[in-house]
Amino acid sequence: MSELLLAPKRMIELEIDGQSVRVFEGETILGACRRLGIDTPTLCYGDTLEPANACRVCVVEVEGARVLAPACSRKAEAGMKVQTDSERVRHSRKMVLELLASSVDLSTTDEIPGYLERYDAQPERFGPPAPPDPDRDRKRTGHHVEPDGQTAATVYAPVKIDNELYVRDYSKCILCYKCVDACGEQFQNTFAIHVAGRGFDARISTEYVAELPDSACVYCGNCIAVCPTGALMFVSEHALRAEGDWREDDQTVTTTVCPYCGVGCNLELHVQDNTIVKVTSPDDHDITRGNLCIKGRFGFQHVQARDAP
Amino acid sequence: MDLHLVPGAIPTTAERLALDSVLGPAVDGWDGGTRLQGPEGNTASSGHASRVRRHLLLPALWALQERIGWISPGGLNELCSRLTLPPADVYGVATFYAMLAVEPRSARVVHVCEDIACKCVGSDDLIAQIEERFGAEGELSDDGSATWYRSPCLGQCDRAPAALVSDAGEEPHERTLALTTAVAVLEALAGGDPGPAPVTVLPQAGDPALRLLRRAASTRSVSLDEYRAQGGYAALRRAVELGPEGVIREVKESKLQGRGGAAFPTGVKWEAVARQPARPHYLVCNADESEPGTFKDRVIMERDPFALIESMTIAAYATGCEHGYVYIRGEYPEPQHALQSALDEARVRGYLGDDVMGERFSFDIEIRKGAGAYICGEETAIFESIEGNRGEPRNKPPFPVVEGLFGKPTVVNNVETLVNVPDIVLRSGPSYAETGTEGSTGTKLFCLCGHVERPGVYEVPFGTTLRELYDLAGGVMGGKELQCILMGGAAGGFLRPDELDLPLTFEAVREAKTTLGSGVVLVLDETVDLPRLLMRLAAFFRNESCGQCVPCRVGTVRQQEALARLVSGKTAGGVQKELAVIAEVGQCMRDASICGLGQTASSAIESAIGRLGVFS
Repeated sequence: MSELLLAPKRMIELEIDGQSVRVFEGETILGACRRLGIDTPTLCYGDTLEPANACRVCVVEVEGARVLAPACSRKAEAGMKVQTDSERVRHSRKMVLELLASSVDLSTTDEIPGYLERYDAQPERFGPPAPPDPDRDRKRTGHHVEPDGQTAATVYAPVKIDNELYVRDYSKCILCYKCVDACGEQFQNTFAIHVAGRGFDARISTEYVAELPDSACVYCGNCIAVCPTGALMFVSEHALRAEGDWREDDQTVTTTVCPYCGVGCNLELHVQDNTIVKVTSPDDHDITRGNLCIKGRFGFQHVQARDAP
Repeated sequence: MDLHLVPGAIPTTAERLALDSVLGPAVDGWDGGTRLQGPEGNTASSGHASRVRRHLLLPALWALQERIGWISPGGLNELCSRLTLPPADVYGVATFYAMLAVEPRSARVVHVCEDIACKCVGSDDLIAQIEERFGAEGELSDDGSATWYRSPCLGQCDRAPAALVSDAGEEPHERTLALTTAVAVLEALAGGDPGPAPVTVLPQAGDPALRLLRRAASTRSVSLDEYRAQGGYAALRRAVELGPEGVIREVKESKLQGRGGAAFPTGVKWEAVARQPARPHYLVCNADESEPGTFKDRVIMERDPFALIESMTIAAYATGCEHGYVYIRGEYPEPQHALQSALDEARVRGYLGDDVMGERFSFDIEIRKGAGAYICGEETAIFESIEGNRGEPRNKPPFPVVEGLFGKPTVVNNVETLVNVPDIVLRSGPSYAETGTEGSTGTKLFCLCGHVERPGVYEVPFGTTLRELYDLAGGVMGGKELQCILMGGAAGGFLRPDELDLPLTFEAVREAKTTLGSGVVLVLDETVDLPRLLMRLAAFFRNESCGQCVPCRVGTVRQQEALARLVSGKTAGGVQKELAVIAEVGQCMRDASICGLGQTASSAIESAIGRLGVFS
């Protein structure tokens, strides 16, 4: 309804890779690229959240600008001339991928193999990855031990399993800020987590590295829903993956309505071997925009309580 | 939001009082006061009122830090209740700043500078002595009362080596040790007297040609009456005669360019803010000079604080700002005190406040103390820090003139830029522009340090050659050979001895593919182990990267690792391959980083490789 009442938006015209495209005023370069079918790599971008423009893998070259611009957040302007595949763009995208893939475990980020190949990225050239650091959560800000360069520093840290619902494996964290935004002001308003520390030692943390049950977390799992790398995961998925038995191709996804309250959120039940292994909600749903509460997200055990009388 | 505090963590009375000193007493049940309002005795109405005070977060964190030496869970809980902020959020902010501690720490901490200028005069040796006689960095003294840490540049490069002593307690105290020795640092660690307060020597004192430094040449901070007796506040009177548009016209005609490093035309910036319909407008003075080797703003704030206050008042008058902030780096206790007492005096005498000089405009200035983050000198990170957030730079556009501090049109100017304004207003813009060159008008402050005979802040007209400046400072100390000069600090570039005839102007350095940056001229003699110095620069950027974007967050690490391999000789596939890594990472940081820190994080290192031929 409210959309109908909005004033009509002005269209503007810009040029991307030599092709002219018309977009609504306020749309991003990424939006314009999508209209043209130009495939732009993204990692920290999420359709449901404000762009954090932190990963910089989507950078493009805007004519006349000194530096590259993040396509995900830079608004398209009339007359703009944009290059998405210039030498500079390809170089920065390749480097961003190499820098990330050499410091973060991207084994559960689906897009990565394709991106690495597309940009001929060779993350292994920085040396063998450094082992996990058990003290990563308590690094003193602005200090570090001088490296010898014989290993490539990583964000690897021990996996955090401190509750029954989900697992936090920050070795896989690219610091996209999505979980912080989802937990905080953009979705849940719980504010259980935030970015702590600085620079390469920056990490997602609760206050004083408290375990989740001692934190403000309400286990809505909306952070899992937005995590692009699998750093945040259902316990069920994590366990299956650990056993090597996570078979996405064999899973069915059934859309249904959450039975718990009158809001009626859509649930997508991911089922493998007749067992619910994960619950999501469609991103494009008007009400939920991918979000659920603890009941919708994790309260599915009764469905598969087959021993009940 | 349902505020979930750290379970069982109770603030001490000392922590409560420390917070009250910043936030005032709690008003009602919402922010920790008595819950006895309303007919039922259960109304708490100040939720919004406390949340809009988020900008007091950094001062409040400082109050806790200065009271007990660290931010305890109990203190953090109290702070969170008072401002209705989530603990995880506040923890994230506290851990952003190197000077704040979230783990128990001794009341006394000595920060010993290990940066490039101090290295030139023996800080490595000083640190080695402290390690030997006191213990490793972070180790406590026998009675648990003191410890020490290495620190990035403390801005005392004209009187290096330097240290900063912080004593937490009921009466917290901070002081700078300059031209210091291991003995003095050990004495400070033991709670003794490390010697008299440091003095700034201005090598050009008494030179009638000085403009920006003419008052600073006296040996102490001038009083308001002395300032007025020397022509102070005549410029503000003149500004009021000219009117806001008149002032902006003069500043535009003066062709004054920002001295913080970016050289943006100041008049254009002011005009853009003045024209913004959105209100209020804010003025932010960037006094976070943390570029290694830089100390010029320190000298101005310490010696001539009223000049900065008057300049800010003129800027505010011209651009329609009623509120100004001076963001001073946390490592500058003495400049902060000098400026604070000047502000207090100016306020009492009617030079700040609701009716400035009886001219019916209002303006006041607040000091914000940084807490150990180079990045907060970035023009949008400074807003985030003042607003009480992590000092992470914003994406531009929107630019500060449109959406700056608190989302409002904001003028951000460096200290040195601002103190040019009174001269411009008094002499007229065109007359000011007669000094210097066509593309770089006025005079410029340079910070001569390192292996130089007479270190200090020098003021010379634009167009002076580097050689003239170098000679003015007496050349290399001790009659040694000049190896090279690092101009512009860590984000600057190296120059060879055969490049000394470079005229110091924005246009000439641009053409020579280098930068004036913040005006650092770090002189390095033949004995300097350049690769080791580069390692320090690389470490600096790794330590100071905010961590927001990938190119800088990881790039600064990969750059440092490649340098480490080059220094040790254990390269992966040869020197050329390592140099390629540095160049490729550098290109990405320059092109794809969000802010100027990442964009310049490789420039000095690449210039050492390209211009000086280090490693080849």
